[in-house]
Amino acid sequence: MTGIAAKQRRVAHRASQRGTEESPLAKWALITIALAFCFVFLLLPLANVFAQALTQGWGYYCKSLVEPDSLAAIRLTLTVAAISVPLNVLFGLAAAWAIAKFQFRGKTILITLIDLPFSVSPVVAGLMLVVLFGLQGFFGKWLDAHDIKIIFAVPGIVLATVFITFPFVARELIPVMQATGTEQEQAALTLGANGWQTFWHVTLPSVKWGLIYGIILCNARAMGEFGAVSVVSRHIAGHTETMPLRVQALYEGTTASSAAAAFALASLLATLALFTLGIKTFLEWKQERAERSIVGRVDG
Amino acid sequence: MAQKKFNVLPGFGLTMGFTLFYLSAIVLIPFAALVIRTLELSWADFWRLATTDRALAAYRLTFGASLIAAAANAVFGTLLAWVLVRYEFPGRRFIDAMVDFPFALPTAVAGLTLANLFAANGWLGKYLVPLGIKGAFPPLGVVIALTFVGLPFVVRTLQPVLQNLEREVEEAAATLGAGRLRTFTTIIAPSLLPAVLTGLALAFARAIGEYGSIVFISGNLPFKTEIAPYLIVIRLDEYDTTGAIALAMVLLACSFLLLGAINLLEQWASRFQSSS
Repeated sequence: MTGIAAKQRRVAHRASQRGTEESPLAKWALITIALAFCFVFLLLPLANVFAQALTQGWGYYCKSLVEPDSLAAIRLTLTVAAISVPLNVLFGLAAAWAIAKFQFRGKTILITLIDLPFSVSPVVAGLMLVVLFGLQGFFGKWLDAHDIKIIFAVPGIVLATVFITFPFVARELIPVMQATGTEQEQAALTLGANGWQTFWHVTLPSVKWGLIYGIILCNARAMGEFGAVSVVSRHIAGHTETMPLRVQALYEGTTASSAAAAFALASLLATLALFTLGIKTFLEWKQERAERSIVGRVDG
Repeated sequence: MAQKKFNVLPGFGLTMGFTLFYLSAIVLIPFAALVIRTLELSWADFWRLATTDRALAAYRLTFGASLIAAAANAVFGTLLAWVLVRYEFPGRRFIDAMVDFPFALPTAVAGLTLANLFAANGWLGKYLVPLGIKGAFPPLGVVIALTFVGLPFVVRTLQPVLQNLEREVEEAAATLGAGRLRTFTTIIAPSLLPAVLTGLALAFARAIGEYGSIVFISGNLPFKTEIAPYLIVIRLDEYDTTGAIALAMVLLACSFLLLGAINLLEQWASRFQSSS
């Protein structure tokens, strides 16, 4: 029965679309152009990273990754991400709670200010930190007198990364928290839960997926940031070189094997990007399925 | 405001306080520092530093290449969004997911692989360089890199609009005897225009600040192949912070103008949505 009904629906659907669809020729021409564009601009650059990384063979690939300066760059990138991502998660949760659960004047301005780092060129972001903490900067003399190094040192790299990845978690969380409303939290509070319990057991589970999405985006950006970090780092191999900076240094080395080493390190970053996309696609698929099951229940 | 009276949720003071503190420490204070240093300059000095011949050449390359890249994205992005929303074909979901790849890929890696791809011995350069198409060097290389980083914007802005487009209107047009092309140009295209322009502006805004992918492609010759963000870095390397600040303010001003334009475009686009 259902099979026949579905078939009838399909036939009717097809008939209703007559005259509202391009001719097959135009359709396949458009698909071909789109696929060719994706092939040249998305797939080839991606495949090229891995192909170039392996030009000198697997042995060289592995060796170039554990070479001390590259290893130090990987370690620094992981450290910087391990500091900046949790900071921005904490901020994202606080900002989303305040913005999504309460009404107050100036909310739009606050949201605009949170988005500000998106519209600042990474190089300009780095420059702001130089103006603040550099030797000629506002705090330069004081920092120098107390022998604290921020610019051209790891703290500057962390600050630059935090600035660039600042909006990611908050941006993902605010709409999700707004959508869930406040009824569930109010119910929990009425039943005697305290604020933390409510947040931990009611709010956090309901925004779980949005939070995870925000974290992986923030992390991908933190590990891959180049412009801002490049301005505040002195590019000293083994000390203030993150993975992207190390990629550039290796690329500027003249030997062919140095280029392969640059691509080897780049292949790790490309893998991170693919991993990020994989999680994103999985979360979207999950959400789509959840929505469909709700619609299905309403229909039934 | 009325809702606040009945809101029993705790933690507003704590979360709001932390939000404002963190926002100030990370974003507002560095921002204010840059603005204060700019205000310390006299207008004549600022103008002189921001409009040196070398700076003007850098703006020309940055804005010119960004505009061409954004326009290319408007064309191909619209096509790609259309194909992804309207047609079924093998690999559709994969391509749909891959559209975000330029967002996720560190810009340094993008620059590295594009420079290699279009170099004389690269996979594409092998065929293109003998034809005189030098995609690993400015200005073409800059356009290619900026097209890559701006790719997701038009597609992602347009996709929801295309999905919400009412097919009934197209059916009505077809019933009234309009050909497919006429339906597209008179019915579909006008309702897509605001979203395409929004995506274009977003891609353009992203492109003018881009640095990471360009350093691998740009030859960085003064007057010829230097983009504005690169010139800022050079000024900093010369310890000419003031010169860097002047250039940065020009870029920031452009970003904010674009941000305003994008907001207006989005309002226009949403009016379009509700009226249709």
